[in-house]
Amino acid sequence: MSEGLVTVAYIGATILFILSLGGLSHPETARRGNFYGIAGMAIAIVATLLGPKVTSYVPILIAMLVGGSVGVFAAIKVKMTEMPELVALMHSLVGLAAALVGFANYFDPSAHFSGVEKTIHESEIYIGILIGAVTFSGSVIAFGKLSGKISGKPMLIPGRHWFNLGLLIAVFVVGKQFLGADSAATGVVPLGIMTGIALLFGIHMVMAIGGADMPVVVSMLNSYSGWAASATGFMLSNDLLIVTGALVGSSGAILSYIMCRAMNRHFFAVIAGGFGTEGGTAATGAKPEGEVQPIGAEETAELLRSARNVVLVPGYGMAVAQAQHTVYEITKHLRDKGVNVRFAIHPVAGRMPGHMNVLLAEAKVPYDIVLEMDEINEDFPETDVAMVIGANDIVNPGAQEDPNSPIAGMPVLEVWKAGTSVVMKRSMASGYAGVDNPLFYKENNRMLFGDAKKMLDEVLQHLRG
Amino acid sequence: MRIGIPKETFPGERRVATTPEVAEKIKKLGFEVAVETGAGDAANFSDDVFREAGIEIVPNATDLWAGADIVLKVRAPSSAEVELMRKGGCLVSFIWPAQNSELMDKLAATGGTVLAMDSVPRISRAQKLDALSSMANIAGYRAVIEAAHHFGRFFCGQVTAAGKVPPAKVFVIGAGVAGLAAIGAAGGLGAIVRANDTRPEVKDQVKSMGAEFVEVEYQEEGTGVGGYAKIMSEGYQKAQADMIARQAMDVDVIVTTALIPGKPAPKLITVGMVKSMRPGSVIVDMAAEQGGNCELTVPGEVVVRHDVTIIGYTDLPSRLARQSSTLYATNLLRLLEELCPQKDGNAVVDMDDEVIRGATVVKDGTITWPPPPPKISAAAPQMATAAPPVVAEKKPLLPAWARTGLGIGSGALIFYLIGANAPADFMEHFTVFVLACFVGYMVIWNVTPALHTPLMSVTNAISSIIAIGALIQISSPGTLILALAGLAIALTAVNMAGGFWVTQRMLRMFRR
Repeated sequence: MSEGLVTVAYIGATILFILSLGGLSHPETARRGNFYGIAGMAIAIVATLLGPKVTSYVPILIAMLVGGSVGVFAAIKVKMTEMPELVALMHSLVGLAAALVGFANYFDPSAHFSGVEKTIHESEIYIGILIGAVTFSGSVIAFGKLSGKISGKPMLIPGRHWFNLGLLIAVFVVGKQFLGADSAATGVVPLGIMTGIALLFGIHMVMAIGGADMPVVVSMLNSYSGWAASATGFMLSNDLLIVTGALVGSSGAILSYIMCRAMNRHFFAVIAGGFGTEGGTAATGAKPEGEVQPIGAEETAELLRSARNVVLVPGYGMAVAQAQHTVYEITKHLRDKGVNVRFAIHPVAGRMPGHMNVLLAEAKVPYDIVLEMDEINEDFPETDVAMVIGANDIVNPGAQEDPNSPIAGMPVLEVWKAGTSVVMKRSMASGYAGVDNPLFYKENNRMLFGDAKKMLDEVLQHLRG
Repeated sequence: MRIGIPKETFPGERRVATTPEVAEKIKKLGFEVAVETGAGDAANFSDDVFREAGIEIVPNATDLWAGADIVLKVRAPSSAEVELMRKGGCLVSFIWPAQNSELMDKLAATGGTVLAMDSVPRISRAQKLDALSSMANIAGYRAVIEAAHHFGRFFCGQVTAAGKVPPAKVFVIGAGVAGLAAIGAAGGLGAIVRANDTRPEVKDQVKSMGAEFVEVEYQEEGTGVGGYAKIMSEGYQKAQADMIARQAMDVDVIVTTALIPGKPAPKLITVGMVKSMRPGSVIVDMAAEQGGNCELTVPGEVVVRHDVTIIGYTDLPSRLARQSSTLYATNLLRLLEELCPQKDGNAVVDMDDEVIRGATVVKDGTITWPPPPPKISAAAPQMATAAPPVVAEKKPLLPAWARTGLGIGSGALIFYLIGANAPADFMEHFTVFVLACFVGYMVIWNVTPALHTPLMSVTNAISSIIAIGALIQISSPGTLILALAGLAIALTAVNMAGGFWVTQRMLRMFRR
């Protein structure tokens, strides 16, 4: 296969990748989109293998078989509630691969550059490894936080912004040394130091971010893995990698932007970390008036039965309790009875963008009754019962009513405008943002305490009984 | 402690202060409960049903009053009942302290404690024990039912083979709890409903019940303390009278609920207005007990004057005894829960609690009525609406045009530096990179939010394109490179296979 044919194949792969992302604009075309992605990837790899640059096939085949089977195994085994962890873990693999490719490229004796080209090439290697290493360590920490192996609380070391700044300066200083090195042997030391700094930076950055901001972190790391691929593309003068990396990078960046907007927070504020802990602002929001009114499963079933319009608001609590199947059973039962049941999804519900949609889809909830915040928010006044399943901050009226609240201005689902709202919660503890929720004290709100799965099972029993 | 529920002695009173179901719940708070024999008969709760719920039945009132630490009643006690009351005992019932100063003195003389259900402050927290509201709700419903009973036509308009029936027109004066309940009931029967109230803020509530709000053409606000109405100026009253007179000529049924706390009911419907109504019309005067809103009302009776039926029943809730007993009993249960937060069967009258303080009219033999005025909770939202501009005043460091200019300027500078220094080869790649970023930007915005998770997993799978880099390098000489590139290929292969597979698994689940 000649260079020209390889390039043509790469162009085909690029188009397929763009079509793949375009296909995701609607659930009906999404599966076709995924096939485009697979086809693009297959074409790119086959073309590369057949191209003039590849001569040894055995190690490639072994590595691909081993890796591929591990990947398929993981994909089959993973529970839908664990998707955020899996995605974070996969980001770390891309990051690590990018760093490894960078190192391999640096040690490659067959490449010959001189003058400006050498400097540019080496800076590309340097940046590629930097992004790869940050992505790797950041993703590993994100995985730890999402799977509960590391506490979801933001870890804040004193003077952390200065610490970050110091690391950044160190990266520049070491980079200068690296570019000044005349042979691979002298260059590897600053490269190694920089990798260490990058790993440390990735760890520190994600450690400082609270659990509620995880959707932003996951999509940000997604973006990083794209930029890492792009940097590798520059390093290898490979346009396919550059384009694909840029597509992934902008996708992740846009997702991060959407998540930030959904929380009414600035991107840099999220990355700087430590939400809800700065200056003890968490407790300064106005103390809500009134009293919490608990309700039992039987009365909840009664409420749902006599309602005509029901909106369910799932949150992370539903994922934790694995309650999505029971939610579906209840939905089905009510819909058979002619009740108009719909779902309201806040952009940051759960631990990654679109998390709730995937869980509900797993439980066979039809996607056309699953609505976004903007689509359903104005329908709450006509809703008889709004049921909040394990969510807190995304239904906090304080965001609209109390300008002193730490989450003031964040768009929220206006469940309190419904005839009655029922909040399912384990206890009165506040959400990740550490803000008390005035919703719980509203007159038309009832609290259904207990594990979401257990309580919903009881509600379902009473509905059927 | 022992709680006693006597049979109501007021003539015609059918309600009872507890039901078997609620009595059981009271027992769960740690109290003993005893009910006088026959107490629930008129409300269809027989002694046997109480016995089945494990409630003790006491044969006569004397024993019951003597044995009970707390007595729960509906109506204010009669003089005979006050004499039965234990020294230092506790009584919970309707009292109406403003109208019954003599009774108050007698109650104080027993040295006991009295909580009046009618004096519970009207604040959000106390809503669950607001018996006035629950009784008013029933009264409003019953008022319409009584009106329908005495009205010679359908409420609902119909076109039948035997001719067309016009819908009845119902006018409700005073849209408090009772008025709103009446609006709901009349609307439910199919009537055309109009309503009026001196308090402008209830306009939306009236509209939400599906009724038309009839305005009085006069500028004055009629909201008094605690959500009740106040006495209006002469000018307003005249304008209001004009409005009612006009309505009286048009409508078939008038339900009046206008009350001003501690004052006789305002006379809103004059003899002349009654005469102007069509024959067969009905007036239900829910304010009959306080003198009535209609000049011709006879409290407690139904009379026909000038061919108009005027219903002056003062016992509307009692006419729906089973329902009103259930709701009243639940209100009492909520009060007991407030009195006994420990659920250990010991009731404590905590005078620091705003709700309990308001309800307590006699404490250990001293009259504690009237309570200090309730804190007005309406002040809070006003503060909240006033505050946001303060936050908005935080000015950004630079005006918007300067920031945009700065952004464009620095972007241009970076592009200039790259263009001036980089070799042509790099520029080619850079062009591709920037264009790809824009293509990505355009494509991703079209992705539906529901598919954000699949988007992430598919982009993640696609980013394993990095494998290409490793594939190219693995053929270079050297074991170190072989190891690094091999590992990179294995890692990306995990990602590739896993990412596409799991995306496919997820997308398969999305169905209509």
